[in-house]
Order: sequence, then structure tokens, then C-alpha cells
Amino acid sequence: MENNKLQEELLSIRTMMERSSKFISLSGLSGVMAGIYALAGAFAAYRIIYRPAGVFGYRDFVIPNENHDGYPLLHSFLSPVVLNLILIAVAVLLASIITCYILTSQKAKKHGQAMWGKTSRTLLFTMAVPLVTGGLLILILISRGYLGVVAPACLAFYGLALVSASAYTFTDIKYLGLCEIALGIIAAILPGYGLLFWAIGFGVLHIVYGSLLYTKYDR
Amino acid sequence: MKVAFDKLDKAFENRVRLQIMSVLMVNEQYDFNSLKELLQVTDGNLASNLKALEKEDYIIIHKTFVGKKPNTNYQASAKGKTAFQNHLNTLEQLIKQQKKA
Repeated sequence: MENNKLQEELLSIRTMMERSSKFISLSGLSGVMAGIYALAGAFAAYRIIYRPAGVFGYRDFVIPNENHDGYPLLHSFLSPVVLNLILIAVAVLLASIITCYILTSQKAKKHGQAMWGKTSRTLLFTMAVPLVTGGLLILILISRGYLGVVAPACLAFYGLALVSASAYTFTDIKYLGLCEIALGIIAAILPGYGLLFWAIGFGVLHIVYGSLLYTKYDR
Repeated sequence: MKVAFDKLDKAFENRVRLQIMSVLMVNEQYDFNSLKELLQVTDGNLASNLKALEKEDYIIIHKTFVGKKPNTNYQASAKGKTAFQNHLNTLEQLIKQQKKA
């Protein structure tokens, strides 16, 4: 047996170990696209929340965002402004998921990896646990009028999902997750800047990490 | 010290068997269909190689049913894991040896 053949043997072992435990077909480009959708969504939300002010005017926002008497503020959940914001959020989420699905399935086909295989199922499940928990918690809190938790909680729970998912795909995702968690905590400390942090976390970071993954693995 | 090629485990001479063992080293269990998809081999080929590994007591078989469909899971035994480690060590030594030469 020559050296080449030995190397080939080792390579085949390595590939199998990686392929059997990690979903490596995740598309970096879809991260970039998700970031762009998120920035567009954040811009639309900004236009809705903040009334246009004159050059010297104060910025004024129109969401009844405080729960003054400590009672559930159900009507704020149903106010047209909040409903519009939820609509934007759902549109951004759906566009991101659909783009990710299309681009990732193309990449999976190229890699010969099953889109709905053991690795992708494990990946989805590990992400779904923190995401569904966070999502339900946030919806309940919105319905009680605590709108201030939306941005920090979205970022923190999404970050947790990424950190746990990183075991089943590219390890780089772990650092993206840690950044999202840090942003979420900072957003909680600085109330009133939620939308800004949301735009950085879901927009800018996705574009940065998406292009990083794209240059590293997609080509 | 010269390492001979015959120190390589015969059970892993076959590429499919080597790959099966690689998968079972990093995953607690793996089922037949996922293995087939991953290795891109035929049912018969996979089954016969699994049988060979089973004969060596390198893998443990868990048979369950999902509804009415049989679902067979495979797991590396302690013996199999040691054998695989030894095989890797030998490969490493052989490569080092050839680099020197």
C-alpha cells in the first residue's frame, strides 16, 4: 500500500465522521439574504413606530408600550401598530425560511447529502427547542403588553438556538450565537433601542456571518 | 521499529466496513436506511458488510419497529471501538514510516 492510499483511507474516515454527524449543506448565501430581509423589515418597522418628526422635533413613538397599572394590556396586542409589526416580522421570517430552504436544498443536492436526513433532523430539533420556547414566551409577554422584551428575548433565544445547533453543523455558528446572546443582553440593559439591536443582530450579523460561511464553504 | 502492513485490521480492509465503523465512532447509534443513504451503497452490500462486522463482535444490533416497519439500529461495541483505534494508530505509524523513507 502506498502513501496515497493510506491518506485516502484517512480522508474517507474523516469525511464519514463529519458527514454522519454534521449537516454541512447549510447555505451561507441564505444567511446574507436573511440579513437583508431583516434590515428591510427593521426599516419598515421604524417607519411605523416612529412618527416622522421635523428637523428640530422630538421623536415620538406610537406604541402604548407601558403596562402602567400592572394589569394585562390586551388592547396593545391588538392595536393596529402592533399587528402591523407582527405582520412584518412574520413576512421576514417566512422569506428567510423559504430562501434558506431553497438555497440549502440546492447545496445539499450538490454535496449528495439528504435534505431530510438524520443530520438535518437533529439540527432542526436542537434549534426548535429554544426557538419554540422563546417564541411562545415572547407571544405571551406581548399579549400582556410587555413589548420591551421582544427584541432582547428574540436575540437571546435565537442565540441559544444557534449555540446548541453548532454541534450539528459548521462550528462557526457558535460564535454567531454568542454574539446574538450578547446583543440580546445589551438590548435588555438599554431599553428603547430594541429595534436598533434587532437590526444589528438579525440584519448586520447575518450578512457578516453569511458571507463568511459563503466564502469558507459555499465555493 | 518497523510496522508491518499485516498489523492493519483485516475487518477494515473493505472500504464500506471502514466507513460504517467511522460513522459509529462519532454517533451513538445509526439506522440502516441513514447508513445506506450516507454511504450510497446497495441494500445487499451494506447488509453483508454489517454482517461481517457483527461476526467480529465489533457492532451491536438493536431491532425495533416503527409502526409495522422494522427499524434496525447499529452501535459500535467496546471491542469494535478499540479495534478501530488500533487500526487508526497503525495507519498513522505507516504514514510516518513512509514519510521517513
